[in-house]
Amino acid sequence: MNEAAPTPGLLTAVVGRQRLPSVIWLIPVIAAAVGLWLVVHTWLEQGPTITIRFASAEGIEAGKTKIRYKEVEIGNVGAIAISPDRKSVVVTAQLSNDARDLLTRDSKFFVVRPRISGGMVSGLSTLLSGAYIAIEPGSADEPSKDFAGLEVPLVVAGGMPGREFVLHAQELGSLDYGTPVFYRRVNVGRVTRYSIQPDGQGIEIGVFIDAPYNGFVTANTHFWHASGVDISIDANGLKVSTESLAAIIEGGVAFEDLPDLPPAREPAPAGSSFTLYADRAQALRLPDRHRQRFSMYFPESLRGLSVGAPVDFRGIVIGEVRSLRVEYEEGFSRMRFPVELDVYPDRLWSRSRDGGPADAYSEAKSRTIIDQLVAHGMRGQLRTASLLTGQLYIALDFFPDAAAASVNWSRTDPVIPTLPGGLGEIQDTVGRIAKKIDRIPMERLSEELSRALVSLDATLKGGRALIGQVDSQVAPQATRTLAEAEKTLKEANAVLSRGEPIEKDVQDALKQVSQSARALELLADYLERHPESLIRGKPEDPR
Amino acid sequence: MSDGPDLALGQRTGLALCRGCLAVCEIGHHASTRCPRCGGVVHLRNPRNLERTSAYLVAAAILYVPANVLPVMHSSSLLAEQDDTILSGVVYLFRSGSWPLGLLVFVASIMVPLLKILAIGVLVWMSARRSHAHPLARIRLYRVVEFIGRWSLLDIYAVTILVALVRMGALASVQPRAGALAFAAVVVLTLLAAQSFDPRAIWDPIDAGGRRS
Repeated sequence: MNEAAPTPGLLTAVVGRQRLPSVIWLIPVIAAAVGLWLVVHTWLEQGPTITIRFASAEGIEAGKTKIRYKEVEIGNVGAIAISPDRKSVVVTAQLSNDARDLLTRDSKFFVVRPRISGGMVSGLSTLLSGAYIAIEPGSADEPSKDFAGLEVPLVVAGGMPGREFVLHAQELGSLDYGTPVFYRRVNVGRVTRYSIQPDGQGIEIGVFIDAPYNGFVTANTHFWHASGVDISIDANGLKVSTESLAAIIEGGVAFEDLPDLPPAREPAPAGSSFTLYADRAQALRLPDRHRQRFSMYFPESLRGLSVGAPVDFRGIVIGEVRSLRVEYEEGFSRMRFPVELDVYPDRLWSRSRDGGPADAYSEAKSRTIIDQLVAHGMRGQLRTASLLTGQLYIALDFFPDAAAASVNWSRTDPVIPTLPGGLGEIQDTVGRIAKKIDRIPMERLSEELSRALVSLDATLKGGRALIGQVDSQVAPQATRTLAEAEKTLKEANAVLSRGEPIEKDVQDALKQVSQSARALELLADYLERHPESLIRGKPEDPR
Repeated sequence: MSDGPDLALGQRTGLALCRGCLAVCEIGHHASTRCPRCGGVVHLRNPRNLERTSAYLVAAAILYVPANVLPVMHSSSLLAEQDDTILSGVVYLFRSGSWPLGLLVFVASIMVPLLKILAIGVLVWMSARRSHAHPLARIRLYRVVEFIGRWSLLDIYAVTILVALVRMGALASVQPRAGALAFAAVVVLTLLAAQSFDPRAIWDPIDAGGRRS
C-alpha cells in the first residue's frame, strides 16, 4: 500500500507528538505511600501496652473490660494472666495513644464494679458489660508501664476541689464507698474510705465534701447516719421523713450545725474529726455537759421499764434510765428494786426565771433546787408509755397531797421519793370495787326477791280468772249479733242483683227504636229524590 | 482458527478505528495519531499498555498487604468491641460452623485478588517477553480475570451496608477501618490493570512472527 496516495474514503490520521513516559508510574508510588501511611498510622495509633496487678480478676474479662479515665474509654484489657508467684493476676491492657501522658509512675488503677447506686444508675452499659478499670493519673513525670492496682475504689478523683473530714462512729451501718453525704438534703459529698480503728473501738470514716459546700462544715457541725426512714406520729398526724430515696436504699450521712449554739463561721480545717451520731435527734441534741445520778425505789413491778427509758418531767425528757437492779438484805427478808437514773440538769435549768443567761452549774445549787422541788411535792412515778407494748417510763410530777419526803444526799446516787402510779393506781381502784361488791348482803336480797315472786304469782292468777269470765259470757253474745248482721246484708245484696237484667232490656229496646227511626228517615229521603222507585223498584247499582 | 500471513489485520493494512467517531483512519506505521475528523487520539494498540498494566499491578500488590493486615471493620456493641480483618472474619466463620460461607469469603476476598494479580502479572510478563506460547489459553485467562473482577467488591459492599444499617448508638455500631480503604483500592487497581491490559498484545508477537518461546 502506498502511503502517499491515500485510499479513497479513508482519512489520513494526523501524527501527534509522543508524550513523556511513565506518568503512570506515579500510581504505584502513590499506592506505596498510601499503604505505608496506613501501616504507619495504625502502628502509631497503637498506644502503650501496660500491665496492672490485681489481687483478683473478678469482673475483668479479656477483650471486653475497658480502661476508663473520667468515664472516657482509653483502652482495652487484652489478656489476663496469673503472676509467676501465683499471688495476683496480671492484667495486660492496650491503651490508646493519647493516654500515654496518664501513665506516670504514681498513676493508680482500680476496678469499678457495677453499682446500682440509688441516686443514679451510671451507664446501663456498665451493668451489662461488667466492671471496668479506672485510672487516676499521678503527678510524677516518670513514665511507667507496670502498675499495682488498688483493691478499693478511689471515690474522689484527684484534684477535685473540696475537703476531707474524719468521722468516728460506733458502727458502719449501711455506709459504703461513695455513699452520699447530705447537707439540707442536697448531696454535697460522699464517703471515701472507712476502716476500723486500730484499737478496735470504733470505725473511722472519711468523707469528702465538694468545694462550695465544705465551708458549711464548722466546729459546731454534727454528723449523723441518714440511713433509713423516720416515721413519727404526732398531733399533726403521721410523718415520714428521710434524706432521699437514695438514702433509704444505700444509706447516707447528713450534717448540720447545732441550732442553739452561736454560729461558728470559721470552716473546719481539712481532716477535722467529728462524731457520727446514730440519728438526727441525737446529733442535734444540746450537748449535756453535766450528768447527775439518782435512784428511785418503786413499790410495783418494773416489768416494761427498760434501760434507756426516758425520765420525763412534765413532758420534757431530762434523763434516762441507766440500770435496773435488785437489792436484798441478808436472808432475803426484804427485796428492793432500785432504778438508777442519769439526769442532765442542764436541760432542767438552762435559764433562770427572768430569761437572763443561765447561771453557772454547781452541784450545791442543783441540790437546793432538787430539795425545793421535792418539798413542793415532786415525786417519781411509773407510767405507761404505750398501752400496746406496755412500755413504762418514769415521770416526775408534782403531787401536793403526797406525804412529806426528802432526798437522801448521803449516797452517791441520791434517792428521789416515789409514789405508786399508773397501773398501780388502777389495781388499787379495782381492789376497792371488789371489796364493795364483797360487802353486798346477798342472802337477804335473795329472800326479798323470792317473796316478791310469790306475790307476783298471785296477781297473775287473778288476771287469768278475769280473762276466763270474758271468754264464757261476752264472747257468745257478740258472735250471735255478728251472724245476724251478716244475714241481713246478704238479703239486701240479693234484691239489688235481681234488678240488673231489667235495666239492660230497656237499654236494648231504646237502641232498637233509635235504629228504626234512622231507617225510616233514610227511606223518606230516598223516596223524596226517587218517587218512581215506588213503582219501578230500586234501580240496579251501575257497577 | 484461521491464522497466518493472509489474515487481514489493522496493523498490516495501516488502518485504525477512531474510538471517538468510529472513522477508519489511515495510520500507517505510527503508533498513535489524531483523528482528522474529531481530533481524538487514534492508535493501533493501547499505548504503553504493558507499562500501565504493570504499574497498576505493582500498586495493587503493594496495597494488598495493608488490605489483609489492617482491620477492615470495627464493630462495637454493649458487650464487646472488636476490630476485624478479612482473615479474622474468615476464621470466625469457620469456627462458628458456617464453613461454606467462610470458604466463599476466603475465595472472594483473599484468593481472587491474589490470583488476579498473579494472572495479570503472568499475562504482562509473557507479552513483554513476546512469548508465542498458548495464546488461546492466555486470552481465556484474561477473559476470566475480567469477568471475575466485578465481583471482588463483595467485602466492601458488606462493610458499607453494615456501617449504614448498624447504627444503634451505644447498643451497636460498625465503623470502617483503614483496611477497607486499602482493600477497595486493591480491587479498583486490579480492575484498572485488567482494563488497561490490551489482549491484542498476546497476538502481536505471533503476527510479527518473531522468535517463538
